[in-house]
Parts: sequence; structure tokens; C-alpha cells
Amino acid sequence: MTTHHWRKFKNVAMQAITFACALLVILPLALVFYHVVKSGIGAVNWDFFTKLPKPVGEAGGGMVNAIVGTFALLGLAAFIGVPVGVLGGVYLSEYGGRRVSWWIRFMADILNGVPSIIWGIVVYALVVVPMKGFSAWAGGIVLAMIIVPLIMRTSEEVLQLVPNGYREAALALGIVRWRAIVQIVGRTALKGIVTGVLLALARVAGETAPLLFTAFGNRFWAHSLSQPIAALPLQIFSYAISPYDDWHRQAWAGALVLLLLVTLINVSVRVLTRERFVKSA
Amino acid sequence: MNLIRTSAEENLRAERQPAPASAAALKPPAFTVKNLSISFGQRQVLKSVSMEIRACTVTAIIGPSGCGKSTFLRALNRMHDLVPEARVQGDVRLFGEDSYAKEAEPVVVRRRVGMVFQKSNPFPTMSIADNVTVGLRLNGIRARSLLTERTEQALRMAALWEEVKDRLDAQAISLSGGQQQRLCIARALAVQPQVVLMDEPASALDPLATAKIEDLILELKRDYTIVIVTHNMQQAARMSDETAFFYLGELIEFGPTNRIFTRPKEKRTEDYVTGRFG
Repeated sequence: MTTHHWRKFKNVAMQAITFACALLVILPLALVFYHVVKSGIGAVNWDFFTKLPKPVGEAGGGMVNAIVGTFALLGLAAFIGVPVGVLGGVYLSEYGGRRVSWWIRFMADILNGVPSIIWGIVVYALVVVPMKGFSAWAGGIVLAMIIVPLIMRTSEEVLQLVPNGYREAALALGIVRWRAIVQIVGRTALKGIVTGVLLALARVAGETAPLLFTAFGNRFWAHSLSQPIAALPLQIFSYAISPYDDWHRQAWAGALVLLLLVTLINVSVRVLTRERFVKSA
Repeated sequence: MNLIRTSAEENLRAERQPAPASAAALKPPAFTVKNLSISFGQRQVLKSVSMEIRACTVTAIIGPSGCGKSTFLRALNRMHDLVPEARVQGDVRLFGEDSYAKEAEPVVVRRRVGMVFQKSNPFPTMSIADNVTVGLRLNGIRARSLLTERTEQALRMAALWEEVKDRLDAQAISLSGGQQQRLCIARALAVQPQVVLMDEPASALDPLATAKIEDLILELKRDYTIVIVTHNMQQAARMSDETAFFYLGELIEFGPTNRIFTRPKEKRTEDYVTGRFG
């Protein structure tokens, strides 16, 4: 073999190896989808979306309370977490001094790495114990605590992508700083901020561990936010470890619905950002 | 908030009276700068600059890169307020009023002193018309009729009206580079400032677009005081009434453009305008 051929062979081999690794990365996704769809599709029916769980031992019933519960918890988390996260990001990007921002950013990155079960214990101690009971509030708060540092960092990053020229142009027009930030810098980065929020919500939609200590789960409707509330991941967990075949089937169905929900959020993010995160001239 | 609104309304009521050229000399100077020094952290960029900029004239600021011309220009509308490590010392008076006085609001100063930047920067989320009126709208002016009127007026002054009048709702970033820069000029004019600062407004444009901007500046001189930073000496010679030459953070020479380019008093000015360095 000539040097030329050998070199060519090495190149092809390298390309093949990297491609194989890339395939390996997405392989689990394909496996998960295949398995969840195969096992879950049989139990996904009208009842699943409309009926409450049946009492132990009775077949049938559905997970409507868990589906609604998951949306309620995400709504609460967004209600508490989005303003704090986005405004925190605005501070880091627009106002913060170098030192202060560095520390806040550093700590937010640590927070992003905290295992979610620890958040569950923290909120158990801070909310559940004083309120003397598990509640939707506690579940919403724990999810909010997880998304706040995430949203803060992504918001900061997309705001930083807005060229400084827009800030200067706005201020040179005699526009007050906060207005320039909200209506010009913020509007320019809006897509990116919404994207960050959606991705954060998609991440916590499947959180189970922190909800075990806070929202707890509920086989019935929660009639107020101060009661324990059902959530899809919790329901999947309790059904999957149960001894009943019918519950196993429903756990698979729940997994399928949850997976589709997260996929849907990710797809909408794709559609939303088909152009760019930040508009620029 | 109140202060701004009041000044916005006053600005609306005030009628703009173009001063005849001969009267320009009698008017108080637009800027009186005394011992202006600016440093960023340890680095001093501007060293005790003093000069008077006459109203309703075009003043060109020339000098090699890094000589402090942009730094000087940005001190005139308090843009350095945004840079935490910037330190501005000395005195800047805008038509006799101290721009850096404790009670002077940077927002009000900037309303009176507009600015056009080197890189055209129309707001990408807004239409052409919205770009022109954004300064008014975000300062609390809502009246539709007034906004429409100002849009046309400002675009006409910026010599852009004929080109965009049929597509005012189009995205501002759909315009060409030269048009975008004229849109930025219209945006600055719409809030009716007294002075317009220009930081190399034509350096990113082709010769035709540059010629348009230059014509426009000569036109604007009737109503506005223009201070323009430029790298292009021909441009300074063509357009300005007075020229200031900056070098290494100092004001080396300042006088009528004609004299600066033909009979400079300083050796360094002569070397620069004849192209021996810079």
C-alpha cells in the first residue's frame, strides 16, 4: 500500500468511527421510543385520558388526574420560576458588575448540578413540614427551584448575544434604561428566552424524585393547591412497582404520554427557533 | 418619569427655527468643554481637552485610531455612564448647562444630543416606521397623528422618504446598508435633538451611499449642530466648518477647516493632514 492509500484509509476509518459513535448516541432514543410505544400504545385509549384510577384490584380506569396534575405543577413552576429566572438573567446580562455576576453565575452553575432529590428534601423541610402536609404548592416550588438557575443562565446567554449597538442606540435616543432593556434588548432576545423556558420545563416535566417528597401523588383529584397532587412521573413510578399487570400496562401508557409531551415541547422549540435565537441586523 | 415626559412635551411644542448662517456665530456655543479627561481603569484616554463647538455648524474630529476621538464624542452625550470603569472629569456644557451636574439627567442630555453610530443598528424586531418613532413612543408619546407626522418628517430629513414611503411596515433590516444608516439618522432626528453626534457614520458604506450621507449632513447643518468623527480626511475637508485634530488623547489643534488643512499651526497636524502618518 502506498503512503497515499494508507493516509486515505486512515481518514475513512476515522470518519467511520466518529459516525458510529454519533449513531450510538441516538440509539438509546430509538430504543426507548420503540419500547415505550410498543408496550404503552395498547393502554393508551380514551379512558386513559378521561378517567380517574380505579380502586386497587379493579381493571380499567385512567390517569386524567396525573396528566392534569403534571400540567398544574408545570404551570405553578413556570408561574414562580419564570419571572425570577428571566429577571435574574436580565440582572446578570444588563446590570451586574463583573465580580457579583461572576459569583452568581458560578453558584447558578453549581445549583444546576444539584441532584433533584436534594431539592425534594430541601422543599420538604422548607414547605411541607411547616405546612404540615404534602401539596401541589410544594411540588410547584420544588420544580421552580430546579428551573430558576437554568432559566437564569439561558436568559443571560441569549441577552448577551444581543449586539451592544442596540443598547447604545436605544440609550442615545434618550430612552430610560429599563425600558430599553425590556422593549429593545428583551424583545430582540425574546425567542431565545422563550426557548430557554420551554427547555427548562421539558426537563422538569419528567422529574420524579423531588415530587415524591412534595407533591406526593394522589389517586383522586386535588381540590386545592394545598392538597397532594398527582403527576405523571409519580403515577408511573407507583404503578410500575405495583404487582398488577393492568397497572404495568398503564405505567407504560403513562411513560408514552410523558415522552410525547417532552418531545412535543422540544419540537415546538425547534419550530420556534427555525431562524435564530436572537434577531440581528 | 415626570421630568422626561415634561421635556418630551416641551420639545414637541418648541418650534424649530432654522437660524441664518450669519446668526450662528451669535448663538451660544453648543458645547463648551473644559479640561475634559477620561480614563478607563488605569488607562487615560483623553487628556484635559478644552474646546468650544459652535451651534449650527459641522465640526469634524480627526486623528489616527486610538487617539480618543470616539471617547471624546461619547462624552458629549454621557454614553460613558454605561461603562463602570470609565471616569469622566472636567466640564461639559450643553448650551450653557452642565451635562454632568448632579441634577442633570443623562436621559435628558441624550434626548438633546442624538447619536449615529459607525455600524448601522436599526432595531431588528421593528418595522421601518416603528424604528423612526421608537424614541418618541418609548418616551411616552402615543398620539397616532403626531407619530405619523414625525415619521414622514424625519424620513424626509434623512432623505429616505421617497425610497421607503410605500413600505413603512417592512422590516427595517430589509433595507440596504446605506438605507439602514439613513434610517438610523431619521431615528435620531425624530426625537428632535439639538445636536447630532456621528461616529464614522459612513465608514462602512460604499461611495454612493457615503455621498448621500454627506449631502444629508450639509442639509442638516441648517437646523442642527453636527459633530462628526471621521477617518476620512477628504470627508472632513468637504463637509466641516471646523476641524479638531486629536492625537494620543490630546487636542492638538482646533480651528476653521480651511486653515487646518491649508495652514496648520502644529507640525503634527500638518504631518497628519498631509498623510505622513496615521
